[in-house]
Amino acid sequence: MSLELILFILFGTVAAVSGILMITRSNVIIAALFLILNLGSLAGLYLLLNAQFIAVVQVIVYAGAIMVLFLFVIMLLKPEQERLVSKIIGFKTFSFAVTALVFIQLAYLIFFSHPGSSIKPDVAASINAGTVGTIGRELYTNYILPFEAAGYLLLAATIGAVVLAKKKFQ
Amino acid sequence: MPIPIEYFLVLSAFMFITGVAGVLTRRNAIVVFMSVELMLNSANLTLVTFSSYLGNPVGQLFVFFVMTVAAAEAAVGLAIIIALFRNKLTMNIDEINILKW
Repeated sequence: MSLELILFILFGTVAAVSGILMITRSNVIIAALFLILNLGSLAGLYLLLNAQFIAVVQVIVYAGAIMVLFLFVIMLLKPEQERLVSKIIGFKTFSFAVTALVFIQLAYLIFFSHPGSSIKPDVAASINAGTVGTIGRELYTNYILPFEAAGYLLLAATIGAVVLAKKKFQ
Repeated sequence: MPIPIEYFLVLSAFMFITGVAGVLTRRNAIVVFMSVELMLNSANLTLVTFSSYLGNPVGQLFVFFVMTVAAAEAAVGLAIIIALFRNKLTMNIDEINILKW
């Protein structure tokens, strides 16, 4: 077994298990901490895929900024312990069964269509695609308009968040 | 890259399905929100996987924009949750039904 495969199994297992633990814990803070673990292991997977820039941005933006926002809101509002039994009998079993079925379909499709046979991975191109230089050049030349639009989106979101959280609406 | 691309895709599908199950089964608004973040991240993993295996940086650019939108969504969504909590003093989405008629 190569080192890459061992690292993939390690990070992949951590990502999958922490995802499951996130949706099954009744304590919201513990769920948020498991989501941070999940996002961190995803950053490891991005590094494994030679996407250095995205891995760093994942840690800074997701595991850093967004999850801190979540934790702040959780600790400000102090939500009550959630009762994990649903009012509708069997709804939980039904939804888990449906999602398991969809997952089996997806896995079957992925292995059946076998995309690896038509994609010939080029390691040099892959490493080159993930660097800050390549992404920055694309971002500031071909994708300058979406980049500016993203800036306006963030500005609008900031203003919207302040307005929504500030005043009481009836 | 000796890892088959299918492994990454199946892991991504599994994370997406976990997020869907979280949205369906949980009743706490913040946990539902975090499950949506999980689904966004699984889509990101697929994009980065294909971008890396095809050697094309555009997929990773798209992930960058998805992260921007996710940050905006988190800010506005959490503000909405705070505003709702002020009015109803609950985060249970079964009791938040002011848009129902």
